[in-house]
Amino acid sequence: MDNIDNNIDNNIDNNIDLNINLNINININLDGGSDQRSAALENRSVTGAPDDMYERHRLANVHPERWINPKPAATYGLLIIGAGTAGLVAAHGAAALGAKVALVEKELLGGDCLNVGCVPSKALIRTSRLFADMRYAHQYGATVPQEIVVDFPRLMQRMRAIRARISRNDSIQRLTAAGVDVFFGQAHFLDEHSIEVDGARLSFKKALVATGSRPNVPTISGLSEAGFLTNESVFNITKLPRRLLVIGGGPLGCELAQAFCRFGSDVTIAQSWPMFLPGEERDAAQLLSDAFARDGISVRLNTTAVKVELSGTEKIVHLVSDDYSSTVVVDAILAGTGRLPNVEGIRLEAAGIEYDNDGIKVDDLLRTTNKHVYAAGDVCLEHKYTHTADASARIVVQNALSLGRRKLSALVIPWCTYTDPEIAHVGMHVREAREKNIPVKTYTVPMHEVDRAIVDSEDEGFVKIHIEDGTDRILGATIVARDAGEMINEVSLAMVSGTGLRSIAKVIHAYPTKAEGIRRAAWAHQRSYFTPLVQALVKTWVRWMN
Amino acid sequence: MNRIDAALSTAADDAILDTLQRNAFQYFLHATNPVNGLVADTSREGSPSSIAVCGFAMACYPIAVERGWIPRADAVRRTLTLLRFLRDSDQSGSVDATGYRGLYYHFLDMNSGQRMWRSELSLIDSALLLAGALVSREYFSEDSADEHELRELVDFLYRRVDWRWSQDRGAAISHGWKPESGFLNYGWEGYSEAILLYVLAMGSPTLPASGNCYAAWTATYQWENLYGQDFLYAGPLFVHQFSHAWIDFRDIRDAFMREKKSDYFENSRRAVLVQQKYCELNPHGFLGYGTNVWGLTACDGPNDGMSNVGKHSQRHFGYAARGVPYGPDDGTIGCWSALASLPFAPEIAMRAARTMLAAYPEIMPGGMYSSSVNATLVQQDGRAWVSTGHFGLDQGIVVMMIENYRTGLIWRLMRGCEYIRKGLAATGFRGGWL
Repeated sequence: MDNIDNNIDNNIDNNIDLNINLNINININLDGGSDQRSAALENRSVTGAPDDMYERHRLANVHPERWINPKPAATYGLLIIGAGTAGLVAAHGAAALGAKVALVEKELLGGDCLNVGCVPSKALIRTSRLFADMRYAHQYGATVPQEIVVDFPRLMQRMRAIRARISRNDSIQRLTAAGVDVFFGQAHFLDEHSIEVDGARLSFKKALVATGSRPNVPTISGLSEAGFLTNESVFNITKLPRRLLVIGGGPLGCELAQAFCRFGSDVTIAQSWPMFLPGEERDAAQLLSDAFARDGISVRLNTTAVKVELSGTEKIVHLVSDDYSSTVVVDAILAGTGRLPNVEGIRLEAAGIEYDNDGIKVDDLLRTTNKHVYAAGDVCLEHKYTHTADASARIVVQNALSLGRRKLSALVIPWCTYTDPEIAHVGMHVREAREKNIPVKTYTVPMHEVDRAIVDSEDEGFVKIHIEDGTDRILGATIVARDAGEMINEVSLAMVSGTGLRSIAKVIHAYPTKAEGIRRAAWAHQRSYFTPLVQALVKTWVRWMN
Repeated sequence: MNRIDAALSTAADDAILDTLQRNAFQYFLHATNPVNGLVADTSREGSPSSIAVCGFAMACYPIAVERGWIPRADAVRRTLTLLRFLRDSDQSGSVDATGYRGLYYHFLDMNSGQRMWRSELSLIDSALLLAGALVSREYFSEDSADEHELRELVDFLYRRVDWRWSQDRGAAISHGWKPESGFLNYGWEGYSEAILLYVLAMGSPTLPASGNCYAAWTATYQWENLYGQDFLYAGPLFVHQFSHAWIDFRDIRDAFMREKKSDYFENSRRAVLVQQKYCELNPHGFLGYGTNVWGLTACDGPNDGMSNVGKHSQRHFGYAARGVPYGPDDGTIGCWSALASLPFAPEIAMRAARTMLAAYPEIMPGGMYSSSVNATLVQQDGRAWVSTGHFGLDQGIVVMMIENYRTGLIWRLMRGCEYIRKGLAATGFRGGWL
């Protein structure tokens, strides 16, 4: 395995070199690449991805072809259904505590995040930023090449190589080395203390359901017949769609719309709400709309896709906005950017576990209605993110195995939409706080006041930190900036540690950094304590001293 | 009409205000259909009537009478003509009606009064129309048959509005409605000019908005510290002006402003300082912006695609609600909006008005403010891009805010309106003149 790993690492490096060389090339390579690569792309693995060395390496890590399920133990201390982020974190955590652990997975270890979510999407986004940077290179003094090649097969190959490399973290080898019994197959509950998988009965003292979620495909006449992509299939394509319609303006839809636009697709995004990212700050959504327009995305807000027709290979999509109808002709449709919890097929009823369309019902300790069974991750959480799945799994391990009383509601949950600029948030929004009758004050620092953002010509965006008015308590924050996902962690740390905003003002921030925007907000708060009375007293004191 | 040239910028304040206010009022004399009283949205060929502009016109007629620009009888006649048309017009809500449930479509045909451009039944524009009617009701208080009729008509029109119906999605009032598709998919989010709408909706003695709609809306407010100013955030400048044209918000406070120990009038003053600071910083590097050139607001603008100006290839937005600090900002300034901030920050507003008159005399075609100027977008003749013609809303707010600054006439009239007082009380305003 080490040799294969090294080989993959080397190939990733080679890809980077090749991308740099693209600066002097030309044209969008929609479906080409070398003959050798084209030949490789003709074969598909069981996942639907091109059957190359990276794909084979990933599968060897996350679902070995010749895997034989182990003989079940008499009883498991913790039985986990679902080997996505929550399942894997819980399995390793419980095994490290000495519990006898079984982990059951229907398809691939690593779940959505590794295979069809965060990892592949961020790999593509990184490449798309490169192309955006090249297009704006003249701002930095570079002569922009006449033509910039987008070698789509190669950038997808880079994504697969990265995915394969990261799949080592979620590999079956690591699990078995940790003492976890891994079973592949469809699990279903037999009763309150046992399940069946692949014909074997597994008994447990405690169980965790972490079956994740799947794309929520909208019901649109003709969509199924015309064919569409979701996050489960879009990372398998090998040809860049010339024209792409993205239905849905949530995080994934926004991220991939921008990435594919920057690859050269003619992208239209249709969002049924009047703004992107419902629930986020409206100013953040406004900045995102502007960024999309700058990139050349055709933005259709307040617009619903109502019908799809197939004409040859073209898909004709009928759109409605209030009383206005229009059509858009595309080669591919990306739909299903919302999420539905995976609660079907596991016979939750047999174990007395209640659920509804929002997922499995859990209390603040993440217990289901069966007190021996817990749930974590997308299948039960409102915030369907990898890091919340991770955090919820850690709560479950502690509560299930060591009489812990850790609460979901105590978590401080940040999140980030990885558009350009990124939109990151932690804690409460202003509206949430006001609805709880908490007086709120927001310290806003536009990024055009932050030296590093100006230096980098990346001054679109803002830092907004919400505090309980009249106090030092941070309620939440929203950051819109190119590196907002990195910046938000400082505010998260402050909130988790109970650090007030004034304390951030005392922290020396390296200059120049974009995080200085956070400190500037803290300074503004610090100044609010410098009331006219205090100012007068200080002046008097200084005069007296001098 | 007094001719405008750069020399005006050096005249005394009163002389400048006299000229600008009177000239702005001329718009309503020239843009009105004498048959039905409807007033055109803009001076451009084929412009429909805007019901909001009709409201501004009705509020400006009393000012014109007070200042001796038109006889009282003429003002009454103009107002009565419009009110009678509104009373008699089609309120069936059909696709080519004039209105529905006492509310009105945003744009109407200047002659027939029928809906134009498939426009929405607009809550805020209906509110501006009715506010203008209420100003006339308060001013034309003489014991004559015409003025009796005028007051009765205004009462009839205001009382027949079904504000409850507009609360389609629960507590908050909708933006609008279309006969083809129902209520619009928008809600009032954050501080805006809708404060006037909520006051009128809550003040109705017949079919007021119910429940805690005002609280539901103000729950979306954001109190921000930006550029050193603590204020209730809204990006476009007109948001900080439009309700203030009608209601004197000095020293009266709702629950939110009591919590923040401020008031909406003071808030508008701080909004001016934020606008000024943004244009000083000028993050996008547009030409002209500075301490005395500011005013990002709802206004016309260039919409001819991309041009390489400022720091980036710049898109233009046409008519848009420009705002600070998050935009949209394409280098376009609504010059009139600085003057419309006169009551809040007189010295700063006058300096800006003088500076822009001196720098861009072309913004006053025909002696009236054009909607906007974009100095970054230089035309073939070397002059800044200037919006064509005139917009009624711009003229109306200029006339009213100059008057409020000089005499407080509109504020005084509306302080006497029981519907306004009731609406303010219902939305939780207390103190000051209440």
